[in-house]
Amino acid sequence: MTHSRRLLSILAISLLSLGSFGVAVSDDDDERGEQNQRGGWVQSRADVAPVTNATYGQECSACHIAYQPGLLPAQAWAQITEPTALSNHYGDDAALPDAARSEISAYLSANAADQSGQIRAQAFAVAPDANPGNVLPRITETRYFQRKHDEIPARLVTGNPDVGSFSQCNACHRGAADGVYNEHQVKIPGYGRWDD
Amino acid sequence: MRKPMIIVFAAGALTLPTALLAADPAAGKIFWNTEYSQADSSPARRCATCHGQDLTQPGRHAKTGKTIEPLAPSVNPQRLTDPQKVEKWLLRNCNWTLGRDCTGTEKADVISYIKTQ
Repeated sequence: MTHSRRLLSILAISLLSLGSFGVAVSDDDDERGEQNQRGGWVQSRADVAPVTNATYGQECSACHIAYQPGLLPAQAWAQITEPTALSNHYGDDAALPDAARSEISAYLSANAADQSGQIRAQAFAVAPDANPGNVLPRITETRYFQRKHDEIPARLVTGNPDVGSFSQCNACHRGAADGVYNEHQVKIPGYGRWDD
Repeated sequence: MRKPMIIVFAAGALTLPTALLAADPAAGKIFWNTEYSQADSSPARRCATCHGQDLTQPGRHAKTGKTIEPLAPSVNPQRLTDPQKVEKWLLRNCNWTLGRDCTGTEKADVISYIKTQ
């Protein structure tokens, strides 16, 4: 009896805290993927689906945040995960054993921007104007990314030692690791909240 | 019991047990701090650039700025326990820092140095 009562109170507390979280985040941003078919209440708050592949999460987050697959189209991920491309990965060596490389490549392509049901992920499927030769595609060079960041002064990003570059999503987007990129969770180090 | 286990693992990772027998932590320390100029005109790098000189402290990736957990097994016991991981990072980081593969001796020395930390 006491056991089941305790269970009930735990359940009640869990529900309550979930509810207050909902209030905290639900009064803003109209662009996120409400149509997320995966269901999860909190998960639907993510603008792009969070990373679900353990190998990708582990291997790629060793050096930088594991960018969600929905931030680039499948063709771009295929190019980035070529063996020769990984050995010269934006100026670093990110070579992987072939089994891990294949798994990661397949995961990224299957969940890429152009495969996603989420509106904000789909926006990243639009390729940059030109991608000359063998230059690796960059999330920061997609049209959508550039449009969304064109009002941010360089001194707050590239000139900011706590940020460094536009590639460090999580330096300002506090929910980046969970795929939450709405502007209400932006806090620029040394500056504060950024309201568009 | 723990120490012999690590030696077996490390030997497996290097597939160079003979080199490991001669491994010299002092040489590994010198290697750790030896700087290599870069072909692409980025600043010269050494192991300590990202991992720091005090291996019991976290490091910081020179390019991405990401925090790197301490390499010293004394504060981070998981280090040097996974031979595949050791091999993968030696491959990547030697290429990125020295511009070539490390020799068996260099690997053995630097691992023996890390183990003393």
